Amino acid sequence: MHAYLCRNTKNFIARVHRINLTFVLLNELRQKIYTMKILVCISKAPDTTTKISFTDNNTKFNEDKVQFIVNPYDEWYALVRGLELKEKAGGTVTTITVGGADHDPIIRKALAIGADGAVRVNADAGDAYFTAKQIAEYAKDKGFDLILTGKETINYNGAQVGGMIAELLGQPYVSIASKLEVEGQTATLERDIQGGVEVVEGPLPMVVSCAKGMAEQRIPNMRGIMAARTKQLEVIEPAEVKSLTETVSFTLPPEKGSVKLIDPDNMDELVELLHNEAKVI
Amino acid sequence: MSILVFADAPKGKIAKAAYEAVYYGKQIADKSSSTVTVLTYGDVSDSDLAALGNYGATKVLVNKNIKEDNDEQLTAMGAAAVEKEGAKVIIFSFDPLGKSLAPRLSARLQAGLVTGATELPEMDGDNFTVTKSVFSGKAFSKNAIKTEIKIISLMPNSIKPVKGGETAQVESFTPDAAEGKIKVKEMKMDSGDGIPLPEADLVVSAGRGLKGPENWGIVEDLAKALGAATACSRPVADMDWRPHHEHVGQTGIAIRPNLYIAAGISGAIQHLAGVNNSQTIVVINTDPEAPFFKAADYGVVGDAFEVLPRLTAAVKKFKANN
Repeated sequence: MHAYLCRNTKNFIARVHRINLTFVLLNELRQKIYTMKILVCISKAPDTTTKISFTDNNTKFNEDKVQFIVNPYDEWYALVRGLELKEKAGGTVTTITVGGADHDPIIRKALAIGADGAVRVNADAGDAYFTAKQIAEYAKDKGFDLILTGKETINYNGAQVGGMIAELLGQPYVSIASKLEVEGQTATLERDIQGGVEVVEGPLPMVVSCAKGMAEQRIPNMRGIMAARTKQLEVIEPAEVKSLTETVSFTLPPEKGSVKLIDPDNMDELVELLHNEAKVI
Repeated sequence: MSILVFADAPKGKIAKAAYEAVYYGKQIADKSSSTVTVLTYGDVSDSDLAALGNYGATKVLVNKNIKEDNDEQLTAMGAAAVEKEGAKVIIFSFDPLGKSLAPRLSARLQAGLVTGATELPEMDGDNFTVTKSVFSGKAFSKNAIKTEIKIISLMPNSIKPVKGGETAQVESFTPDAAEGKIKVKEMKMDSGDGIPLPEADLVVSAGRGLKGPENWGIVEDLAKALGAATACSRPVADMDWRPHHEHVGQTGIAIRPNLYIAAGISGAIQHLAGVNNSQTIVVINTDPEAPFFKAADYGVVGDAFEVLPRLTAAVKKFKANN
C-alpha cells in the first residue's frame, strides 16, 4: 500500500512537473512572440490648481507650497495605456524621468499605478533637447518596442520631447495620439490633425505622444502603493549634453481691469460694446 | 540667408495659421534684411501658393509628390530645404503638423526650438529671445535660442497678418526623401461647416450650466450668428455632452481668440488657463460670485437660457444693420 502510494505520488509529481514545464515553455514562447517592452516618459508638474508666481527677479518658478504631480498627460494617457498594452500582451513598463531626487515621489506614484520599474537620470533638466537626448541615450540599446510620452507638459507646454527622441533614435513618431492599438509588431493609431483626426499605421518600434481619449485615469490602490516601495528605482548619471535653448525670465499676464456688467435685458448694449469698444465683432 | 516657413495645407487648403506664420516670418525677415521662403506639400493650387506673396513670401517651394503628413519624410524634406536656402530661422505653426515636425527637425539640425511663441523674437546682436506661453496660459517665458539655426513654432492667433500686393515665385521642390514608416489609412475631417477651434477668432463656449447636451441649440445659434466656433468646459466633454476636441482648458486645448463668450461656466482655474489669453472675454452666469467674472471684460449676471437667445437676436440685428 505504502509502495503504491509512493509510486503514485512520484507519478503525480512528475506529471505536475511536466505540466509546469509545458506552462513555462508556452509562456516563454508567448513572451517571445508578444512581449512588449514599453518605456514611458514621466515628468513632474505643479498641480493644476497651482497659482503661478516667480522668484529671483522673475527667473525661477516659485515652488513654495506647490503640490507636485505626475504631468497629467504622462500619467493618465501614456502610462495607463502602456499598462493596458502590457496587461494584454505581456511584457514590462518602465518609466524614465530626467530630474533630481525631488522627483522620486512622483516616480513612486507611477510605480504605484503599476509600472514595473523606474529609471531616473540624475540631472537638473535643461531644455527639451537635453531631456530627449538623455532618454534617447538610455533607450538606444534597450530594445523598447514603444516609447510613450504625454502630448506636452502642463508647465512648459513644449510638445517637443517625443519628436526629438524619435529623431535621435531614428524611429517614426506619432504625435497627439488619442488611440493606440498594437497587433504583433504593428501599431494602429488615431492622431489629431488640423480640423480632424487621422488613422495611421506603422511598425514598432516607434515613439508616440499621448492625448485625451487614449486611456482612463487609474487611481493607485493600497496594494499598488505598498508594492511601489519595493520596486526598483534605478538612478543613472546623465550623458554630457548641452541645452540648445535657455529660459531667461518669466512674466505673468497683465491683470484684467474690473468686469463691466451689462443688464441681461439689454443685449444690444453688449453687442454695441463688442463692436465699438472691444472692436472684436 | 532666408527665413523658411513650413506651411500646412491639409486637403489642399492653406491653413489660416500658415498665413500667420508666413507674415510672422516676414516681420523677422524685414528686421534682418532677408527674405521669406515657404515650404509646403500636397495638392495645393499654384495660384493659392503664389498668393502667399501677399503675406510676405518671396518664394514658395512645393512638393506635390508628397500627399500625406509623414513625419520622417517631411523632416528630411525640411532639412533639405534649410540647406538649399541657407535658412537661419525656421518657422512652424504650433498646430498638429508643427508639433509633429518641429521637434524632429530641431534634433536633426541641433537647432534650438521654442514652441508656442506669442510674440516676434527680440534680436539684438547675438541675442535671440522668443516669448512663449507657459503654465498652460497662466504665464509667459522668455527663451534664448543659443544655436546658429533657430526654430520657432508660432501659437495660432498671435499675429494679425496685413496683406500686401506682390505674388510669390512658385518652385517645385522634390528632394530625395525616403518614405517614412507611418502610413495614413484614413482621414476623418470634422463636419465641413464648423470653424476649427484653435484657429477661430470668435468662440462661444458653454458649461454644465446648460444642464444637458440637448440644450446646445442656443449655443450653436449664437455661434452661427457670430460666425464663431463652439467650445466647452471639461465636465461637459467628460460627460460626452460635447466632443473632446471642443474641450478648452488646462488639459484640453489652449486658445486665444479675439472674443471668448462663456455661458454657464464657473471659471475654475484649470478652465481659465486655456482661455485667459483671449483678447476679450464675456461671461454669462447666474451666480454673480462665479470666479470667471474676475477674468472677464464684460459680464452678464443672468440665466444663459434667457440671455443667449437675446444675445443671438441682438447679434442678428447688428449684422443686418452693418
